[in-house]
Amino acid sequence: MIHVALELGSLDIEDAEKAGFAFVTIANDGPIEAGVRAAYLSRRTSTIGLAPELHVTVTEPFHLATQLASLDHASLGRAGWVVGAVNTPSAYAAVGGTPLAGDDLRREIEDVIDVARLLWHSWEDDAVIRDVGSGRFLDADRVHHVNFTGARFSVVGPLITPRPPQGQIVVIGADTLGVTGRLDVALIDAPTHDELVERSAQARADGARLIFAEVEVDDPAPVRARLDRLEGIVDGVRLHLTGATPGLAPVIDALGPRPPAGSTLRETLGLPQGG
Amino acid sequence: MLHLGLFFTGVGPQLIWTAPDFADHTHIDTFVATAKTLERGLFDAFFLGEGLRVRENRGRVYDLDVAGRPDAITQLAALAAETTHLGLVATQNTTYNFPADLARRLASLDVVSGGRAGWNIVTTDNAWTGENFRHGGWLEHSRRYERADAFVTAARALWAGSRYAKHDDLIDIDAPPTVAARPVLFQAGDSPGGRDLAARHADVVFSANTDYDKAAAYATDLRARLAGYGRSPDAVRILPGAMVVLGDTPAEAAEKAEWIQREQTTGPRAIAFLEQYWGKDLSGYDPDGPLPDIEPAEGELDPSRGTIPIEFRTGKLERIASWRALGLSIRETVIQVTPRHNAFVGTPGQIADEWTRYHDDHVVDGFNILPQQLPGTIEDIVDKLVPELQERGLYRTAYTGTTLREHLELP
Repeated sequence: MIHVALELGSLDIEDAEKAGFAFVTIANDGPIEAGVRAAYLSRRTSTIGLAPELHVTVTEPFHLATQLASLDHASLGRAGWVVGAVNTPSAYAAVGGTPLAGDDLRREIEDVIDVARLLWHSWEDDAVIRDVGSGRFLDADRVHHVNFTGARFSVVGPLITPRPPQGQIVVIGADTLGVTGRLDVALIDAPTHDELVERSAQARADGARLIFAEVEVDDPAPVRARLDRLEGIVDGVRLHLTGATPGLAPVIDALGPRPPAGSTLRETLGLPQGG
Repeated sequence: MLHLGLFFTGVGPQLIWTAPDFADHTHIDTFVATAKTLERGLFDAFFLGEGLRVRENRGRVYDLDVAGRPDAITQLAALAAETTHLGLVATQNTTYNFPADLARRLASLDVVSGGRAGWNIVTTDNAWTGENFRHGGWLEHSRRYERADAFVTAARALWAGSRYAKHDDLIDIDAPPTVAARPVLFQAGDSPGGRDLAARHADVVFSANTDYDKAAAYATDLRARLAGYGRSPDAVRILPGAMVVLGDTPAEAAEKAEWIQREQTTGPRAIAFLEQYWGKDLSGYDPDGPLPDIEPAEGELDPSRGTIPIEFRTGKLERIASWRALGLSIRETVIQVTPRHNAFVGTPGQIADEWTRYHDDHVVDGFNILPQQLPGTIEDIVDKLVPELQERGLYRTAYTGTTLREHLELP
């Protein structure tokens, strides 16, 4: 059975969790910053994955990695990250900068994903030893500098936050970002079924672990049939309810029962633990 | 009325991790349990510390103290869902953040918590911390509070609903307003620049002036500075950091304080403390023996332990000479010279009486407590000291408001 995720928008998280969505994504375009909202919701839920959109371009990579690791700790292993790459003059003006050209943008996205992944592994699982005899709380050999140098920034590390429960946060992003090989979940927004089949095959060839189709829902009734048709082509879908949808309840009815969640988002999605 | 906060630093020698009942200080369950205990004790606020690089000693990750902490705003947003009244204060620095980004996250915390957010404004001057950031080490020490002032001015404008643009060598921003919010502003710096920032912007100062005489002098100084900015002398709450060691008898409290001090300054920690000053490997020295007989390395201290007050970062040769003159062992020397917040040691009644004097003389508005034991310090204060304060009419018996501003009786 394919996985079903949901762009949360202004929908109710508790309804989404009860319905058995694998995870919700939280776009970073509302009044409440997506990472803060996800953290708040992490303590109102216990099984659903929470994936805020955080932009690589207009944030500090070190803060971004820390925030996501902390979300994973607060949710006990349910954090995902929708890779955002806003690249508009107005977004850059807020932090003092100018948009990046195509290749530079792709490189920046790669660098931020790479440094986040290195930072999430900068503390080994068993770094905290609490050895009363020697007086050592940490094993300093198990907490590492990352010494990352990218095209536009560098980070020494380690992360200030110990290894997140999942080891690696689930990294989710569009296949159009040009970094498909670095993604746990590639999102494909294709206008036709044939194009979806083609881009899905391409994303798999490029190394994405899972492929999700973007699906707009304005009429809940045909959702089940739509998902059945995608079985075998993609691993999951992300639903976007349009203004025409009469709330979440009819969509949930149409989907039918969902498989139970795992103890972490990686487990729910069948991704290897620890990344 | 006295106001109480709990300052959860998450790093450093203060927190004793060797106790068998030590609660895992990075686990979310520990934070949730702590927040709920504080709310039961009617605390004003739960403060999270921040430090943007893991502490090191001579180029290696420092392994003797607790280490590891969450992003403060993320953690407090999670705690907002677990609590209903407790103020949630994030320490966040103005050097290695983008003002528009941080202002938006703080406003978001304020909204999801229903008006319970606070921001403890700190600066980081060292380039060593900056090595984790895009613009590492760009800001000279002397200008860190100018940047902080520009940063806070921008944040306040964005929270108040204005677009804000400014472009100079300290700040580069052109951003739309955030959701409407008014986080309570805390300031902890004790330098003249820090005090001025407090007088200009802060709602609360988290000062290091805890001893009665220092607290009195600080209050006088701050109130004079407030007048200079046209603010009322009562516009700012003064909450110095404080350690509290409680015992059922004075002797028991004193014994516990002695134990805490020795746990906080173990032999290996004493050696590591001196290594900061010597700049050399001193692991061959006996902590119970005399100070090292070798000369220290050239140059001043590196900032990688992150805890050294600015006045300790220069003049190390004179400092070492003065330590030698004490004639104590390495460990006893370090216990003696380590800068630390004043500890209140005694029975709950004794400490409540002492705090009554601070309160009645209007020297402080409360205390920001630094725990040594998790969860012991917090449970003891809530269960034993709070009732004594309540009996003396010094402390609330129920929350009367829901926002942090209301708790602190701020406009």
